[in-house]
Amino acid sequence: MLPFVAKRLVSALLTLLLVSVLTFSLAHLAGDPAIAVAGREASAEDIERIRAYYGFDRPIVVQYLSWCAKAAVGDFGMSYHYQQAVSDMLVARLPITLSLGIAALAFALVLSLPLGVLAAIRRGSLIDRLCLFLAVVGQAMPTFWLALLMIVYFSLTLQWLPVSGNSSWLNFVMPTIALGYFATPALMRLTRAGMIDALESDYVRTAWAKGLRPFTVLFRHALRNVMIPIVSVSAVQLGAMLAGSIVVEQIFALQGIGWLGYDATVRSDLPVVQAITLIIAAFYVLLTLAADLINAALDPRIRVT
Amino acid sequence: MTWNARILLAAAALVLAAQGAKADKADDTLRIGWGVDGVMVNADNYYGATRSGIWFTAMVWDTLIYRDPTSGEYLPNLASGWNWIDDTTLELTLREGVTFHNGEPFDADDVVYTYNTVSAPDSGVKFQRIVNWIDKTEKVDATTVRIHSKGPFPQALEFLAGPMPVYPNEYYAEVGTEGMSNKPIGTGPYKVVSMKPGEEYTLVRNDGYTWGGPKGMAKIKNVVIREIPDVQTQVAELLAGGIDVTADLTPDLVAKLQGRPGVTAEMAETLRIFYLGMDAAGRTNSDPTKNPKVRQAISHAVNRQAIVDNLLGGAPRVVNTPCHPLQFGCDESMARVYDYDPGKAKALLTEAGYGDGFTIDLYAEAPAHEAEAIMGDLAKVGIQTKLHRLPWEAFRDAQVANKVPLWLANWGSYSLADAAASVSVFFNGSEDDFAQDTDVMEWLKQADTNTDPATRKKLYGKAIARITEQAYILPTFSGVRSYGWDSELNFTPYADEIPRFYEYSWK
Repeated sequence: MLPFVAKRLVSALLTLLLVSVLTFSLAHLAGDPAIAVAGREASAEDIERIRAYYGFDRPIVVQYLSWCAKAAVGDFGMSYHYQQAVSDMLVARLPITLSLGIAALAFALVLSLPLGVLAAIRRGSLIDRLCLFLAVVGQAMPTFWLALLMIVYFSLTLQWLPVSGNSSWLNFVMPTIALGYFATPALMRLTRAGMIDALESDYVRTAWAKGLRPFTVLFRHALRNVMIPIVSVSAVQLGAMLAGSIVVEQIFALQGIGWLGYDATVRSDLPVVQAITLIIAAFYVLLTLAADLINAALDPRIRVT
Repeated sequence: MTWNARILLAAAALVLAAQGAKADKADDTLRIGWGVDGVMVNADNYYGATRSGIWFTAMVWDTLIYRDPTSGEYLPNLASGWNWIDDTTLELTLREGVTFHNGEPFDADDVVYTYNTVSAPDSGVKFQRIVNWIDKTEKVDATTVRIHSKGPFPQALEFLAGPMPVYPNEYYAEVGTEGMSNKPIGTGPYKVVSMKPGEEYTLVRNDGYTWGGPKGMAKIKNVVIREIPDVQTQVAELLAGGIDVTADLTPDLVAKLQGRPGVTAEMAETLRIFYLGMDAAGRTNSDPTKNPKVRQAISHAVNRQAIVDNLLGGAPRVVNTPCHPLQFGCDESMARVYDYDPGKAKALLTEAGYGDGFTIDLYAEAPAHEAEAIMGDLAKVGIQTKLHRLPWEAFRDAQVANKVPLWLANWGSYSLADAAASVSVFFNGSEDDFAQDTDVMEWLKQADTNTDPATRKKLYGKAIARITEQAYILPTFSGVRSYGWDSELNFTPYADEIPRFYEYSWK
């Protein structure tokens, strides 16, 4: 197991390094950061002064290396706009995005696992059709559209839920559904397909033949094998939710890193963009790593390869 | 944000049975939503330089002078009087009996420290133009200060009444801009109760605001401001009663909100002007726009009134001057007016040797409906345009790289009611000047530094005449800001785009 973990860790670190190089060069390719930092109604002299002040006139390699040197010790610099340490801003906002992402994944799993299993057991039934309908709608409907429909119905018409903000847990209900529903189709279809395969396999037939209880057959034997791809996909989906929360956070005015990232991108607040991209990438990498390890624990065959 | 704008509009329209917004009269709390133009990154607006920062500043701090938004008159505020000792020295007498929210009494030290700090060359203040006219500020005695400008600076009063709040010296020295942003202390009609930066700010009426300043005691006791980046969400909040007022709407949303019970929506003209910029100096190697006849032809070809009536609901006015007519020195009678006349435009193009038309790149900020209308008008006289619809930053990038021969842009003059903040910015010979007319530069330089109002007006007039004669730019129309508010609120918009939140009251 140890060489396996070590190999995965090294590739994780290399991935992060690559991500930071890519972000840095793309952000600088996208336009002159001095212009965006200077803001509207800035004169040419204001822009020039800011270019010199932040050192945008230095070669990009020099800028990257000086950023790297600091980032390596956890110093992500100061936000150009907020005049605050980026790490402080992230610490303040990460909990919102993380809770939203985890809640959304939990919502997606709670919805898709039972429905997927049911659809597989009762293939072609009404429940199966319902699942198919939910999956198609979930895949077809953009997150922001669902978010807006929910606002119109639950906040304006019924007045059950607050429109936006993060003052209570009620504020998180609609964002969780909006974000989580998007991940549901993939997980549900995966569960259904996996269960159908498993139920037709030899070992399940053997299990039935042994006279085991249906619960044991379905959940101990069949679902356990189905879980391997689901764990991998869930990990990727959680990463996608952290990144995808940009839209949801903006609509619901949730002050997480998604909205911060959007705002920073629009204003070329490069230290913030760099740090957020790196953190989201780090989550992706960690989640994939975690998924690999969980799968290795679930399925001994993986450890060998 | 435009990708979801249209769709949510449709969705909002579905809510036919929207309940009237709930007034917050009961707890006497005004709930403001803002943030569509970006969050207020720093409440210390010398460094934040955001529009919402200007609004916040007006609530929490005071300026030495107050400019009455209706009459345009300068009124005593923290300064009870002022006079020019010479061309570069303004002496101000300070009001006594004013205290900051932390109890520190207001006196000359506060003015001297604030202005000397922000006008220091290495202060890092975002827009240098706001402060770099000051050479130094000195204390004469506890209630008298002298501001020395680097040269004659007739707009000084306008600046002192605008983006130059006074901070408490001891506190500012101790906490700096970050501390001032996280826990603002001012003299203004509202004091800060709590700040969640970039999220929510809670204010309460400053009951000690009794020294007779022109802003007056705040009418509504509590203010809660929330940063809401999505205008559709703001609309939903307004309909649901989550906020009472927003100044971030778009003209099409105003139309949708009008007639809805409990909510009032209105567009109001602002000091902002839109203009079609043309590269007269040939910086982009665009041959057609170097020719004055072509620029005049373009000016005759665009039906500005139709854009105002059809796209902007008739709220703004057609502007013929490279400045807003409400600004000092912006003499409309000096401007050459280009009426809509495609025939004349065609004739001018033929004279200029472009009888068969030409193709040119037009840059505009997304979503650019107005630019599309202009494209149509230009096509009618044979000018084909290729539209580049860009976010503002990318547009500015292309402009600095000399890739933009024709562009639709707008300018807010920092809400300053002086032609020096518009004409002189466009035509001062800097990198942003696409005419580079040395006569105009000279007249403007004199106008910007002359202390006699009549002479200034004459000089600006001369510049306006030349600029419009040469059609260096085509001023198109004034800007509008679109507001929506709870109908229970007495709300008045102002042309300088600064809502006076302390002045509004419940019906």
